[in-house]
Amino acid sequence: MSLFTRILFVLLGLFITLNWGLIMSGIIRKIIARLSMRRGIKVVQPYINLIKNFSIRSQLTHGVMFYLGPVFRLSGGVGVFLFMPMIYGSIYWTNFSFTGDLILISYFLFFGMLGMALGAGEGGHPYSAIGIGRGLAQFTAIEVPMTLAIISIAIQYNSLSITEIVAAQQGGIMNWTMVTNPFATIAAMLAFLGMMGHSPFNVVMAPQENPIGPPTEYHGTFLGVLQTNRAILHVVEAVLFMNLFFGGATNWGILILKTFLIYFYTVFVGMVFPRFRVDQSIPWFFKIPLVFGILAIVLLII
Amino acid sequence: MSDKKDIHEDKFLAPENRKHVVIGPDGEEIHVDPLNDYFCTDMPKVEKPYKGVMEKFLNWARAESLWVLAFGTGCGSIELPPLFSPRFDAYRFGVAMRPTPRQSGVLIISGYLAVKTLKRAIRSYEQMQNPKYVIALGSCTINGGMYWDSYNTINRLDHYLPVDVYIAGCMPRPEAVLAGFMKLKERIKKGDAEGANEYVEKLDWYKANQKKIIKDWNMPDYNW
Repeated sequence: MSLFTRILFVLLGLFITLNWGLIMSGIIRKIIARLSMRRGIKVVQPYINLIKNFSIRSQLTHGVMFYLGPVFRLSGGVGVFLFMPMIYGSIYWTNFSFTGDLILISYFLFFGMLGMALGAGEGGHPYSAIGIGRGLAQFTAIEVPMTLAIISIAIQYNSLSITEIVAAQQGGIMNWTMVTNPFATIAAMLAFLGMMGHSPFNVVMAPQENPIGPPTEYHGTFLGVLQTNRAILHVVEAVLFMNLFFGGATNWGILILKTFLIYFYTVFVGMVFPRFRVDQSIPWFFKIPLVFGILAIVLLII
Repeated sequence: MSDKKDIHEDKFLAPENRKHVVIGPDGEEIHVDPLNDYFCTDMPKVEKPYKGVMEKFLNWARAESLWVLAFGTGCGSIELPPLFSPRFDAYRFGVAMRPTPRQSGVLIISGYLAVKTLKRAIRSYEQMQNPKYVIALGSCTINGGMYWDSYNTINRLDHYLPVDVYIAGCMPRPEAVLAGFMKLKERIKKGDAEGANEYVEKLDWYKANQKKIIKDWNMPDYNW
């Protein structure tokens, strides 16, 4: 396959991912609405919001970093996508994945946050600064069990290539990491709750607490870029967890089903549990998921 | 700006906004004029809408995605939360609350506007970005309502901010507010809701009116 065809397929995959992300968030919000006895938004409402944000006529800036914040965030999301093998066994949808992509992807997950922190910091709004402080602290706490789980998987499969990890899980549900390495799965899935920023861990952007955290000053196209990134990132993070723990996907239908279920799990937990303060959530990550993460490694080594 | 005005402004200027000197760590003197250094002194410009199908499409999107600034004045602010409850469910019309003026497009003045609150309302309105709409809720915003001879509230909101839709009543029920949103949507889709540009065109008139009411004007002329 020529490089040109490859780039075309990557762009097409990005387009599908973006659209699935927007539709998925619409569906999820519709489900939440029905749960609370409302009709809820239209399923296409995320698209309308996106168009509206890109159609804002006047925009103001606070400096160069303020511009670059959303750009960094988007490149974080797209970066994760670029190195993520989406469909196992397909030559078209493996993007630019290579032998060490797991390391690069876990770096890209943090990269967007850092860029956003710099940009929102230049916005100068006190709530942005509070949101950034909480966000970075919480994400650092999330990274620890997440990294332990990834190390555990790397030891288990003796590989840092996502494609090889998915390949090792083929042949039925009993081969999935979920079954073969349950402690790593538990640690990572608990960390995943914090990563997606739904209810117990949404103090970073909670409108009622610090309206609304890092993006307080972002509007119009800036916000549009952030929304685009969120749609991509939610799908791609779900794909990462699908690849690592739930056997990957061999076609787009399975990918859509699995990512939906993985994403819905965070929403479900969010609907059930109330919000943690940041001084509760960080110790929580250092207690329960961390213990599972250490167990996952210790049991493997023994 | 006349000299008299300057003295007047200085009198009410908050201490941290007055010109002052900061001594740096190496002993150098830094002269700070907060109103010029910290605030943007540019005036807004009229942002011309596109023409034809493009603008119609964008107006459709703007109408179907109304983000309301969570800003409450008077009794009406207690009528707004039920809008998002299962009974009235404004979400199905694309209406949502946003906590920051930067991201919101609709400002609801929900009842009487005290002189003190007027200043905050103006600041919030000016921080919103160009296609922005004002809904005036309740009789108090139309002619003062039961507060028409009060010493401390304004009577006609129209003199201070460009209003798109009035919702009469004391207080209007949430159904009436929903009907107001529908009316606003119609106006936006027709392309009539150009309040932000009107505000810029008649900025002098609005500012004169506002400064007549707000005696302690201690902020820049336009709050970006």
